[in-house]
Amino acid sequence: MAIETLVLGAGQEVGKSCVVVNINGKRIMFDCGMHMGYNDHRQFPDFSLISPSGDFNDALSCIIITHFHLDHVGALAYFTEVCGYGGPVYMTYPTKALSPLMLEDYRKVMVDRRGEEELFTSDHIAECMKKVIAVDLKQTVQVDEDLEIRAYYAGHVIGAAMFYVKVGDAEMVYTGDYNMTPDRHLGAAQIDRLRLDLLITESTYATTIRDSKYAREREFLKAIHKCVSSGGKVLIPTFALGRAQDQNSGKTIGTAREMNGLYYLDGIQFGNTSFFGSNSTNSELCILLEDYWERMNLKVPIYFSAGLTIQANMYYKMLIGWTSQKIKDTYSTHNAFDFKNVHKFERSMLDAPGPCVLFATPGMISGGFSLEVFKHWAPSENNLVTLPGYCLAGTVGHKLTSGKSTNIDIDPDTQIDVRCQIHQLAFSPHTDSKGIMDLVKFLSPKHVILVHGEKPKMDSLRERIHSELEIPCYNPANNETKCSSVDTPNSTLIDRNLTPELKVEDERVADGVLVMESNKKAKIVHRDEVLIMLDKKKQEV
Amino acid sequence: MAFSPLLTSLDALSFEESNNNDKRQKIENLLEAKSLIFAEPWYKTVNSLHLWNASLIDVILISSPMGIMGLPFLTRRKGFSAKIYVTLASARLGQLMMEDLVSMHAEFRQFYGSKESNFPPWLRQEELEILPSVLKEILAGKDGVELGGWMPMYSAADVKDCMLKINSLNYAQEVCYNGTVVIKAFSSGVEIGSCNWILNGPKGDIAYLSSSCFFSAHAMAFDYRSLQGTSALIYSDFSSLSDTQDIEDGDNYTDPTSDNLLPPSFQDSDGFNLNSDEDLEEKEKLVFICSCAIECVKDGGSVLIPINRLGTILQLLEEMTTLLEASAMEVPVYIISSVAEELLTWLNIIPEWLCKQRQERLFSGELLFAHVKLLKEKKIHVVPNIHSHELLKNWQEPCIVFCPHWSLRMGPVVHLLRRWCGDPKSLLILEDMVNPELALLPFKPVAMKVLQCLFPSGIGLQKVQPLLKTLQPKTVLFPEDLRLKTNFSCEKSFLVLYYTETETLKVSRQKDSSEIKIAADLASQFYWKTFKKEGINVTRLKGKLLMENGRHHLFLDNDKKASSRNSSLLRCGLVDSNKLLAALSKMGINASMEHGTDDAGPTNVRIVHTEEPYKALIEIGNTSTAITTVDDNVASILFKAIDNILDEVC
Ligand SMILES: [Zn+2]
Repeated sequence: MAIETLVLGAGQEVGKSCVVVNINGKRIMFDCGMHMGYNDHRQFPDFSLISPSGDFNDALSCIIITHFHLDHVGALAYFTEVCGYGGPVYMTYPTKALSPLMLEDYRKVMVDRRGEEELFTSDHIAECMKKVIAVDLKQTVQVDEDLEIRAYYAGHVIGAAMFYVKVGDAEMVYTGDYNMTPDRHLGAAQIDRLRLDLLITESTYATTIRDSKYAREREFLKAIHKCVSSGGKVLIPTFALGRAQDQNSGKTIGTAREMNGLYYLDGIQFGNTSFFGSNSTNSELCILLEDYWERMNLKVPIYFSAGLTIQANMYYKMLIGWTSQKIKDTYSTHNAFDFKNVHKFERSMLDAPGPCVLFATPGMISGGFSLEVFKHWAPSENNLVTLPGYCLAGTVGHKLTSGKSTNIDIDPDTQIDVRCQIHQLAFSPHTDSKGIMDLVKFLSPKHVILVHGEKPKMDSLRERIHSELEIPCYNPANNETKCSSVDTPNSTLIDRNLTPELKVEDERVADGVLVMESNKKAKIVHRDEVLIMLDKKKQEV
Repeated sequence: MAFSPLLTSLDALSFEESNNNDKRQKIENLLEAKSLIFAEPWYKTVNSLHLWNASLIDVILISSPMGIMGLPFLTRRKGFSAKIYVTLASARLGQLMMEDLVSMHAEFRQFYGSKESNFPPWLRQEELEILPSVLKEILAGKDGVELGGWMPMYSAADVKDCMLKINSLNYAQEVCYNGTVVIKAFSSGVEIGSCNWILNGPKGDIAYLSSSCFFSAHAMAFDYRSLQGTSALIYSDFSSLSDTQDIEDGDNYTDPTSDNLLPPSFQDSDGFNLNSDEDLEEKEKLVFICSCAIECVKDGGSVLIPINRLGTILQLLEEMTTLLEASAMEVPVYIISSVAEELLTWLNIIPEWLCKQRQERLFSGELLFAHVKLLKEKKIHVVPNIHSHELLKNWQEPCIVFCPHWSLRMGPVVHLLRRWCGDPKSLLILEDMVNPELALLPFKPVAMKVLQCLFPSGIGLQKVQPLLKTLQPKTVLFPEDLRLKTNFSCEKSFLVLYYTETETLKVSRQKDSSEIKIAADLASQFYWKTFKKEGINVTRLKGKLLMENGRHHLFLDNDKKASSRNSSLLRCGLVDSNKLLAALSKMGINASMEHGTDDAGPTNVRIVHTEEPYKALIEIGNTSTAITTVDDNVASILFKAIDNILDEVC
């Protein structure tokens, strides 16, 4: 027997995560993501490989979505509503709550900003979400009589989960994206010690060992604190998330898409550089500030620009049980997502004196309100502008991070003398190579498959897993199938005489004999019983 | 319980005991407010719990938030070491309720002092004798055996300590006790966090069905499907004990509800029956109660609602505020409880524990409960106690007040009852009170209106059988107390056994053997011996036997010491002396059969002597063969020869 793994996406790349696993006769699709770097058929996984006839209901037992990022859930509405998959879809509560927001946000960008034909409609998203069964962590969910699944905390974004699947005697885990170190607002990934035949893990940072995210956050907070305490203004350009219309970020630069912290250019993908650590919404960045404000007893106002709604916040408030222990522990006195220090920003405040912190869209200062604010604030060396880890060429943000030039041309008529400080944010929500190795070692599966990474780095991680942990490891490319042989365990009956009593491990050596009688289930008996079965007498020597 | 509230007087019903006094007679004339006990209330726990050795309990399963309330009595005892499993939500709710109860006791302590006595005066026989019979029965039980169950209230530290000993679970989360039993909780629909249990061991599985409810306004629906097909099911829903319904409802097949009970595969995803009539009835009840309340405040009276079941309170709160808003009345709603604020906040962060409709609110970005908004709009005021500054500042009558304690013996409700009991315009809403007259005794004469409501909190007699049929257990353990209310006589699909309090019921094991998983690396090393005639393959098992998650595993044992310990082989067949002689001569050993032993006489022992090159004596019997020689080497050589002509089993 074998577990068959068909990689439809995120094979030797990052983007459109989608893996179909055939395990003891059940076929499960893990993630149904889209590739943000393509405009053509390559943006979706090649579903025809699952079922040439297009009958996906027969071909799949269920779909499991690990988290709400578009490269994991982006193709779901298309697959269920356009391709016609009607079976069950499983995801955690937060993923079910936030995925439609992400899908809708993406659909709008496609249609409203890029004028593309939409691949799925708002109704499709709504219909698709009706097929979703929400699960809680650690629940053992019986998909059908033989197939059970279980979600484990992955710590990558709110609601992110690794999924354990068991069919008969075959067991496996698909990690999705995860983070092995705890965070200010999310805990570290957590899983039981399982006996796995196969582990499919992400490998974004297959060769990187990162410094602590805490240190980076501290740096960020210190820079802001320094600025406001000397009377400066801080501009935090950010993207919007939510259904509310965002009037300020109407402009798109070139053919770039800026979405939820993922920055891509058509045809080329710039990697999964998240604007902010494990969140991809400004809610959590705001939490960071709020928390700091409380601790340092700061009174400087924090503003959100008028067009920027923090609708996702409502969800975060109800899903606080999925955040870090610290945030959970304090919810009753203060829900961390109730921002006490945050106010609405009025345009008239632009040139008002005194320090402040302002969140404004769009993220890369590509236009809109954040550019307007930038024009006003950049000339003063007292002020601070923070930038996402990656900014697309052509944006003001990109010019600020790449050159040392202090004069920036906004348009042919406008030049800004940039004297303000610049701070680049680079928090990353993925596990590093040490985390991956730790997880693989902890689980000690029989086989490992790497997905969601860059090929050369994956190759070297694969070799490490092979040589250091002596576990066979593969990193198949897209549309490749990998078979991992699996135990053919003898499911047998054990005689009561052999059962140790309530002891986890028993020192006694049992006189057990395994008997296989033709056409019968294998059976373990006491050795004296064998003679009865054989109708023979014992002969001692 | 028969305690008096502070200041004036009277009695209380303990939470344990309120369940089983349906048959209490009319209160005698001589029972009056001052007959009640003037002391800090004690609590009656399970009969003879005090006689058990706490250290002998291995596992405790708590099925509901209410079910945790007595736990500190147990956990504070010496030697207590049991594993306690509770759902996360039950634990949280239970903790809040216990903390609230403890805080209400502070009032008594202030008044009576905090001295604890192991044997309070009211438990003395002579004191009991002079009590009215109703109170005596509460204290001592029908035949006086329940006196030992009384316990003094636990402390805040006891509660804290108890909570530390708890293992909390999600629904359907597997936990393994001691490697042998896998325990899972499934929602029962009665209250947020309440559950039924499945225990899975190598010898079969057991379902424990506690109070369960098909209709739930907030809590996650009754997940009965997960309880299907167990080898035994313990039916433990006693809510129908007080049902007035008769047996005719229980066993007839014309009952419309049973028609709904098709096999689960034929049902809609909403489950069992979701009898819309019943839903409607509940809703009507709710609307009626709330409209009474609205009428009352319109009239200038106030409404007092003692907090009992959380589910009911939330429904009343939501319905009432909606009605108030609809009628455009500005009547303040107060919730007075030391834990209310925390409770209300908590309710909005637990979508995983709520019913489908509530979860839909999360998915559409709405708050789970409306009270968050109402709090912000100051339509509801939540204060920790009756003396709180905020309450005094905002107090306004008429008003609607939710507050503990439902026994009407302690907490803010006592103060407010005293204030309003003489006002015929005011209204008291009691939920499922067993003996309202006794409850109201300390406040007599009561002029205020009293409305009693009863919401379903259990399976209901008519549904017992259809439910059990759907669940298809092999054996049902049913309470003797409910035997007369149901009729299983024509039940063929499962066996019914009746259990009674304090009697152990033995249930025969369903499975004689259990499964084992053998590791592949070990299996590949098996040396199989085939017995063609019998069509049997046999191999000896050697490895590490492990019990994990209720399952046996056999692993390759790399520990050589263990494997060398047991080297004796199992052989069968008879030693043919002629074959042996031939074999020996082949090895160059000269041997001869002792005369007179080759014809297998009655002793059936044949003796073979060897002379050259070794001297030895071989005695061959039917079941054993012995080699006698002075030289170990010789023995092993001969052993090999015999071994060769025997069938080695393993
Ligand atoms: Zn991700």
